[in-house]
Amino acid sequence: MSDMVERTLTALPGLFLQNQLGGPAASRAPFFSRLGGLIRGVTALSSKHEEEKLIQQELSSLKVTVSAPTTTLKMMKECMVRLIYCEMLGYDASFGYIHAIKLAQQGNLLEKRVGYLAVSLFLHESHELLLLLVNTVVKENSSGYKDLTESFVAILKQVVGGKLPVEFSYHSVPAPWLQIQLLRILGLLGKDDQRTSELMYDVLDESLRRAELNHNVTYAILFECVHTIYSIYPKSELLEKAVKCIGKFVLSPKINLKYLGLKALTYVIQQDPSLALQHQITIIECLDHPDPIIKRETLELLYRITNAQNVIVIVQKMLEYLHQSKEEYIIINLVGKIAELAEKYAPDNVWFIQTMNAVFSVGGDVMHPDILSNFLRLLAEGFDDETEDKQLRVYAVQSYLTLLDMENTFYPQRFLQVMSWVLGEYSHLLDEESPEGVISRLYKLLMSDSVSSETKAWLIAAVTKLTPRAHSSHRVEKLIQEFTISLNTCLRQHAFELKHLHENVELMKSLLQGAQTSEDTVVDASLSFLDGFVAEGLSKGAAPYKPHHQRQEERLSQEKVLNFEPYGLSFSSSGFTGRQSPAGISLGSDISGNSAETGLKETSSLKLEGVKKLWGKEGYLPKKESGTGDKSEVPHVPGEGTTTENVDKATTRKDQAQGLVQSTEEKERQLLASSLFVGLGPENTINLLGKADVVSHKFRRKSKFKVAQNDKTPSAHNPASSSFSSVSDVAHRDDDCLSTLDRGDTELSPELLGSESVSELPSVDRLSCVSLPAPSLFADNNMDVFHPSSPSTPSTVKEIHLASFLEETPECGHSSLLEICSNDTVSVSSYKIWKDDCLLMIWSLTSKTDSELTNAKLEIFPMENFKIIEQPGCCLPGMETESTKSFQYGVQMESPSVEGTLSGFINYQMMDTHSVKLEFSMNLSLLDFIRPLKISTEDFGKLWLSFANDVKQTIKISESPVALASVLTELQQKLRLHVIDVIGNEGLLACKLLPSTPCVLHCRVHADAVALWFRSSCSVLSDYLSCHCQKLMETS
Amino acid sequence: MIKFFLMVNKQGQTRLSKYYEHAEINKRALLEAEVIKSCLSRASGQCSFIEYKDFKLIYRQYAALFIVVGVNDTENEMAIYEFIHNFVEVLDEYFSRVSELDIMFNLDKVHIILDEMLLNGCIVETNRSRILAPLLILDKMAES
Repeated sequence: MSDMVERTLTALPGLFLQNQLGGPAASRAPFFSRLGGLIRGVTALSSKHEEEKLIQQELSSLKVTVSAPTTTLKMMKECMVRLIYCEMLGYDASFGYIHAIKLAQQGNLLEKRVGYLAVSLFLHESHELLLLLVNTVVKENSSGYKDLTESFVAILKQVVGGKLPVEFSYHSVPAPWLQIQLLRILGLLGKDDQRTSELMYDVLDESLRRAELNHNVTYAILFECVHTIYSIYPKSELLEKAVKCIGKFVLSPKINLKYLGLKALTYVIQQDPSLALQHQITIIECLDHPDPIIKRETLELLYRITNAQNVIVIVQKMLEYLHQSKEEYIIINLVGKIAELAEKYAPDNVWFIQTMNAVFSVGGDVMHPDILSNFLRLLAEGFDDETEDKQLRVYAVQSYLTLLDMENTFYPQRFLQVMSWVLGEYSHLLDEESPEGVISRLYKLLMSDSVSSETKAWLIAAVTKLTPRAHSSHRVEKLIQEFTISLNTCLRQHAFELKHLHENVELMKSLLQGAQTSEDTVVDASLSFLDGFVAEGLSKGAAPYKPHHQRQEERLSQEKVLNFEPYGLSFSSSGFTGRQSPAGISLGSDISGNSAETGLKETSSLKLEGVKKLWGKEGYLPKKESGTGDKSEVPHVPGEGTTTENVDKATTRKDQAQGLVQSTEEKERQLLASSLFVGLGPENTINLLGKADVVSHKFRRKSKFKVAQNDKTPSAHNPASSSFSSVSDVAHRDDDCLSTLDRGDTELSPELLGSESVSELPSVDRLSCVSLPAPSLFADNNMDVFHPSSPSTPSTVKEIHLASFLEETPECGHSSLLEICSNDTVSVSSYKIWKDDCLLMIWSLTSKTDSELTNAKLEIFPMENFKIIEQPGCCLPGMETESTKSFQYGVQMESPSVEGTLSGFINYQMMDTHSVKLEFSMNLSLLDFIRPLKISTEDFGKLWLSFANDVKQTIKISESPVALASVLTELQQKLRLHVIDVIGNEGLLACKLLPSTPCVLHCRVHADAVALWFRSSCSVLSDYLSCHCQKLMETS
Repeated sequence: MIKFFLMVNKQGQTRLSKYYEHAEINKRALLEAEVIKSCLSRASGQCSFIEYKDFKLIYRQYAALFIVVGVNDTENEMAIYEFIHNFVEVLDEYFSRVSELDIMFNLDKVHIILDEMLLNGCIVETNRSRILAPLLILDKMAES
């Protein structure tokens, strides 16, 4: 091996020399000369010992270089190559691993590439440092390919257009799998990205159109098309077409296509539940389908549209299926879903208990254990209503007693455990039942061989709770006798406890009967009764207690160990966007990340509540006024539709005459339909929901444009109504503002979860435009802003308007007005408003000569790092008069940088003159995009652990001693960080880079210095923030 | 992503198996037995996609031979269903009227064909002539 290496090495210098001669290669000379020098040095040596010496020397010099802050990325890249070389020769260069990772995270493409190369050579697959790279790779995978969207679109266009040679076709369809692949990629790229999505609308439309051949593989393409259309930023026209396309699937007699149709429906109704209405007949047919797979898929669909009104029917259908299933995986999955729906939407106590009984008896020992604990917690904690709680508990007790009295029935252990807990805890609520009776039932179970010892422990615990109430203790004594000699230690322990309590009746009564009012028990959370113990310990030299977070931090700083806390804490919601939700996970209400989906579901059900019943002109929906159709009335209402299995008939259904004699079967179906699809969609929305969406969508856009164009025709308007808030509402794209409305009080998760969680938002948006009456959202006052408020003398206009602007935005900070450019006739001033979700830039163009400005236009040069939120094409002029024009744009920083320049030009025309162009440029700082992140200390801890990129910095401060309070105030005011908590001489702060990159800061004051420790999901953000902090501290 | 590609006959004998996700050898036999059992239990008019544990089976029957593909949730069932047919068409072209015997006695070649079409659980080639090209070259080499 070494022989071979040596031979290669002797050849290398020559190669490099050749390289150095060439033109483009000459620029790479320094890199090669260094590596070349090393290689030459190594080859010139005669012994292994000398080689080692040379390489060690090289390594130590590299070590200095890579850790020096002055090392540029380019140099770093060269160092990496030399490190790779050293490792190749068999010398340890592990000090450079972290720098390889850093290089992969930063730099241009080539530098990154070398970084990744080095990482791939240095680290084995389970190396702990690889964790640091996960974040970067994930980020690059999603963002790095955005630029390629146009290429993918172009490729797909060519494939769809039949530009490929015929041999790529499969049954006359051009490269179907390639099309599917491309569609899937487009779906990923366009997700939550309006601009990227817009690039692909055309080709998606074309794909839908072209795939008309009646062959399976075209349906595969269509399916993918529908999926993509519903994944990307919505376009109403396409959604409508996609919905039609789903119709083709579900109505197809081919079973495979029907399956795909159901699957597609399941996907789309998550965004728009009322879509299910159009296909209700098919859904009901599929529910009784002989093929269990189809049934299962239908249930999956129904599960997604469940609300408080249809929960009974849907759960009943699920239970029916459950009883037929034998496969464990299906049972676990289904049981989880039923329990979830029951807890969420239970209409009454009886139903809830009965449903849960079914869950426990079928799901039994395979189901997720969370179901049991959730159920018991629900019973124990109850709701707000005392009597309701009592009823629930009493009913549970009654139902379990009945179940236990049945002969020859066996229940799963988990179910028995639930029963024994409930009976022990609540059977006293039932007056007609004596404790002795309950105890004897429990005793019977205890004696049974089919009961596991774990369950027996539950049973004894229940008996213990009941004993103080019982008058005769015959059974109890027998039980004690039996189990104090049990071989099972746990049971024996329980039995002895019972025995001792039984011997001391007073103690038992005070102990156990008191326990029933457990809510009143006072718990000394500070554990003050241990103070003496602690003091004693301390006096003996024990280390003082440190809170978990502090210990963690110290450990981290001492050992430099890596944090293996799963990223799931902040990213886990992404998994829930898929259609399968594993039974167990979706139940745990305390699993973070779940909130996003539950939130969404709740929103949809909330919105739809109060909508009495939807009766459309299609299907089984009678034409009566929506309010009159009550559930109870359903059988009496003569349906105008008849059930048809035939496609053609289905489409002409609505035309059929009323009062047709219906068979009982049809009536049943009608009944089922009305109970299944109740509460979906808004009132009077009869047409395709896609259409409803379109309407509201169009309405929004159109009205905006209209008003914007109307600014030349002043209307009599109350100036007071043109408040700033409405400007800002419109200034953010309507959808943003809608989603913020909707999100309202959802916790921090949407901000913190990053781009993946945002996927939920467009759908929320869509829901809301359907279910809320559009006009109320876009009432006139929102548009008032664009009208000139009142004609006043032109010279003072600017000051007045801007002043009023500023006054009316107390909650948003703003910069002072600054002239950025001017000429003889006009001046352009600008200021920034630091809005919660973006940086709003306001420019105002004022004529110095009172003459009228016409055709004023502002354009911003496209910039690498800034995203302009307003499309330049539809700029929204603010306050206008003849001699003043204002423009406003929202700006966002795409990736963190310390500073950036925003430049552009203003075009205008004075009366009778030609158009004048005025260029301007202005600086935007990172701080313009930093906003406080309001989170709790606990969330801070979670975030802290989930971020890998940290930056530490100690800043000396001249004025000593340093006061923490003043430092924090400074950070809060100047840097807009949010102070979460102050613990002793430490402060916890958090902020986010708009839109949602969080950064957390731990700050500790020492005698003459402040130690700052930043962590963020984005490495450069920490760097830049610390840089800003330093500037701030040093100037103050 | 495709997790495995199986060819099993009605008697439950595996004629070809290719896993794209590691599965232990003793678990493979168990899985294959269960998979073929669930395929055999399906009537002809029933859906060709089966939900099996946390993944899906897509199967197609050719005479007494079942081709079963296990995929995860992200896959387009119909695309896989047609992919199976494409694979069979390629086999048919190469063996001219392929039969179970061809597959049994030319296991290596069937694998080579499959490897041209599937890589790491993803469909990479579906153009018939390009799939067969490397194999034809190999055949030529063997002849000479």
